[in-house]
Amino acid sequence: MKKIITMIGLATLLITSVARATEVFVLSANPSHIHVLAASCATCHGTNGNGVDQTKPLAGIGKTDFLTKMLAFKSGERKATVMHRHAKGLNAQEIEGLAAYFSAQIPRQPSALPSQVLNKNHAN
Amino acid sequence: MQINRRDFVKLTGVSLGLGLGLANASLSAFARATKPPIGRVVIIGGGYAGATAAKYLRLWSLGAIEVIVVEAHQQFVSCPLSNLVLGGSKSINDLTFGYDALKANHGIQWVHDTVTAVDPDAKKITMLRGDLSYDRLIVAPGVDFIYDDLPMLASAEAQQQIPHAWKAGWQTVNLRKQLEAMPEGGVFVMNVPKAPYRCPPGPYERVCQVASYLKAHKPRSKIIVLDANAEIISKKGLFIKAWANLYPGIVDYRPDSTVTNVDVATKTVTTDFDKVSADVLNIIPPQQAGKIAKIANLTEKDYPWCEANFLTYESKLVKNVHVLGDSVAAGLPKSAHMATNQAKVCANAIVQLMAGLAPDSAPVFANTCYSFVTDKTAMHVANVYRYDAAKKIMISAEGGGVSSAPSDKEGEYAASWAQNIWTDVLT
Ligand SMILES: Cc1cc2nc3c(=O)[nH]c(=O)nc-3n(C[C@H](O)[C@H](O)[C@H](O)COP(=O)(O)OP(=O)(O)OC[C@H]3O[C@@H](n4cnc5c(N)ncnc54)[C@H](O)[C@@H]3O)c2cc1C
Ligand code: HEC
Repeated sequence: MKKIITMIGLATLLITSVARATEVFVLSANPSHIHVLAASCATCHGTNGNGVDQTKPLAGIGKTDFLTKMLAFKSGERKATVMHRHAKGLNAQEIEGLAAYFSAQIPRQPSALPSQVLNKNHAN
Repeated sequence: MQINRRDFVKLTGVSLGLGLGLANASLSAFARATKPPIGRVVIIGGGYAGATAAKYLRLWSLGAIEVIVVEAHQQFVSCPLSNLVLGGSKSINDLTFGYDALKANHGIQWVHDTVTAVDPDAKKITMLRGDLSYDRLIVAPGVDFIYDDLPMLASAEAQQQIPHAWKAGWQTVNLRKQLEAMPEGGVFVMNVPKAPYRCPPGPYERVCQVASYLKAHKPRSKIIVLDANAEIISKKGLFIKAWANLYPGIVDYRPDSTVTNVDVATKTVTTDFDKVSADVLNIIPPQQAGKIAKIANLTEKDYPWCEANFLTYESKLVKNVHVLGDSVAAGLPKSAHMATNQAKVCANAIVQLMAGLAPDSAPVFANTCYSFVTDKTAMHVANVYRYDAAKKIMISAEGGGVSSAPSDKEGEYAASWAQNIWTDVLT
């Protein structure tokens, strides 16, 4: 019992201090707004910005680096196949929130999901 | 010591703000080890929407919400890229995955079964093997086909002759084999059902893939496309150009051509104006929300899709029941990317609701659909969608649009999209 309470205390302390450091909560009325938006980038950039290919990693990206790149996509200054469409639809607050989010992620190299042989009895 | 609702609010209230990549391992381990959970969510369907909702409910609740998925199939077979099986550059085994990593990584309970009934008053579902109770239910069954006007195609035997191949699997393989067996100079006939249907650009991508196979192997063959819509409904200019430039003389496109009758034995199709005979025939029937959505009374009479609140994806008709993916009446493209985004907004809303917090009042997400016009050249349509509080729907933000032209670079990015969405959804 005592041990678990200490764990909560520790975890909360740790999280609060990181939250202060990243100041995410001041960027959006609802704090979950940014992490849900960030999760929508996973489709092309991997969960928490760790893609299976290392072509465009976001996890651990420097905040300034991220902001510079996103703003260049948004203005059209940096030519892109598709990122300009994603950057243009976001507002400045969201881009700042995403910078804080992705810069705080730990870079990892997930391996691609192995495929399987389709079962004979699969219904479709 | 049990984790109670107040502790959970305290934990998530802080940690939700900064991305849970930061929430350290001991915290999630702690949350996982505590019992009982603060609520149980049952999910019908482990497709793109359901599997994503399961993962993110577990992640964002730090394991405090119990999640049970009921899925009819043992394997996940991806519709995205399945047109490439027809073109020959992919095999169905490249697109087939297991659920083991997802289950194990996130402590998701999994039942291989079919849901046959929902009782929202008693908050329970019925499966073939028995009942299961829930605090909140997510219904994510994808689409089902409407055979009212084409009853001759409803049986498995008829679909052996004339596959839809609009749910990836053996029908996709069957259609590819029929193409391989088709004589040089033969005619491939396919239709496009009336919108809305799953994957707006999908049928036109299929035309490209079949054309690519024919051009390489049976160049005197033809494709007749019978479109129930008045025009190509996604990436119109790009597809017209691709057919003209890459596959001249192969594609015969006919708008306003609803299939009204099919003779299965002779593979003859009738429309209001035409009667065409095929060597290989692919009929994609009109679509509706997955059957269980109708059984659960999530659809209204005469409208086969489910109306939902776009902040939570809770059904407008049945309380504590959420709807995701292709079954949702959204006026937005029915795509895998969209299904996963809806699932993330919904998972977040459920975590917040169960923690006694208000869900995000202004969700934003993006959709991208890539289409392959050859085995390695692709093009996109992409839009950001933002919640409009006055209209209460997701509307297109500034900057959306399509590729200026298909390219090999986008083919690489499209392949990378597939790898990343599979890994995001299934691990
Ligand atoms: C040829 C083709 C190409 C496509 N290409 C793309 C693309 O490039 N990009 C893109 O974004 N989208 C694409 N799509 C669209 C995409 O496949 C769908 O939008 C997506 O699958 C929708 O996800 P979902 O979870 O709603 O449904 P599904 O993925 O179909 O999942 C529904 C699941 O529910 C299960 N289920 C249903 N009823 C029950 C029940 N009663 N009990 C238990 N389980 C049940 C089913 O077995 C299934 O696994 C394509 C589709 C097709 C057909
Ligand atoms: C449809 C796929 C797709 C989605 C969704 C997507 N991206 Fe991208 N992203 C790309 C591609 C492709 C590139 C490479 C540039 C290009 O050609 O568009 C890229 C590049 C980037 C880069 C520059 C990387 C570098 O180091 O040069 C950043 C930053 C970025 N994306 C951020 C985001 C964020 C944030 C989101 C979510 C809001 C997001 N992306 C959503 C496909 C995507």
